[in-house]
Amino acid sequence: MTNFTPIEALIGGAFIGIATSLFLFLNGKIFGISGIVSGLLKEFSLWRVLVITGLILGATTAHTVLQTPTTITTVPLPYLIIGGLLVGIGTKLGSGCTSGHGVCGNSRLSPRSMAATITFMLSGFVAAGLLNALGII
Amino acid sequence: MKNLIAFISSFIFGMGLEISQMTNPQKVQGFLNIFGEWDPSLAFVMVSAIGINGILYFLLKNRTPLFADRFDLPQKNEIDRSLLIGSFLFGLGWAISGFCPGPAIAGIFRLHWEQAIVILAMVGGFKLAPLIGPKTR
Repeated sequence: MTNFTPIEALIGGAFIGIATSLFLFLNGKIFGISGIVSGLLKEFSLWRVLVITGLILGATTAHTVLQTPTTITTVPLPYLIIGGLLVGIGTKLGSGCTSGHGVCGNSRLSPRSMAATITFMLSGFVAAGLLNALGII
Repeated sequence: MKNLIAFISSFIFGMGLEISQMTNPQKVQGFLNIFGEWDPSLAFVMVSAIGINGILYFLLKNRTPLFADRFDLPQKNEIDRSLLIGSFLFGLGWAISGFCPGPAIAGIFRLHWEQAIVILAMVGGFKLAPLIGPKTR
């Protein structure tokens, strides 16, 4: 089991809240990562490439400066493939993920985002419960 | 300027993901594993991210974005089948793989091949989605 780390979570969440606010109030856009990445598959745009670059460099910087844990998944390969596929299909059909719906949409009290968040949290709990019963997590 | 803001906000976002350990798949699965050894830490990410973003949104929503003519927000209001089915599938994939789109990309600096597999599967999912369900974007 992982340790309970509410302080790190609150601080990290504050960074995420500031980031999505900057993007909204300066550029006028929703910081939805699934949409930005799948948008890039349709047509090239510099700002989307910069978002992906920024995400990776930001995480790398935090890891280097704060010595955050080097973690690795314990889930077998077939689960990673199926899980990744479901994340891609699901966020595309559902028009968003934890960033677009979970952070940005809920902050605006968007009914669609609240419905999406409740749905993916519930199915996430069920799937995690099954994986737990199977001894995978 | 918009490109610079896109980079800066995603850099801060990436730092937040790493600080909060959203990029740690074991942490994500521990958070969703409410029926097992539950680690509620990541709920606190949502608390501060939505708190900051939500307060700023309701203070500033009538302003115009600094570098855009207007807010570019999703126009749909209807909670349709595509939203719910997609979000349901996303929740399953999130629990099974331990990754949602942002952390999958941000954490690639760890150079774990498992994570590259998840990203490739996710991108495959983006491509497959229109074949399975209606076009949503």
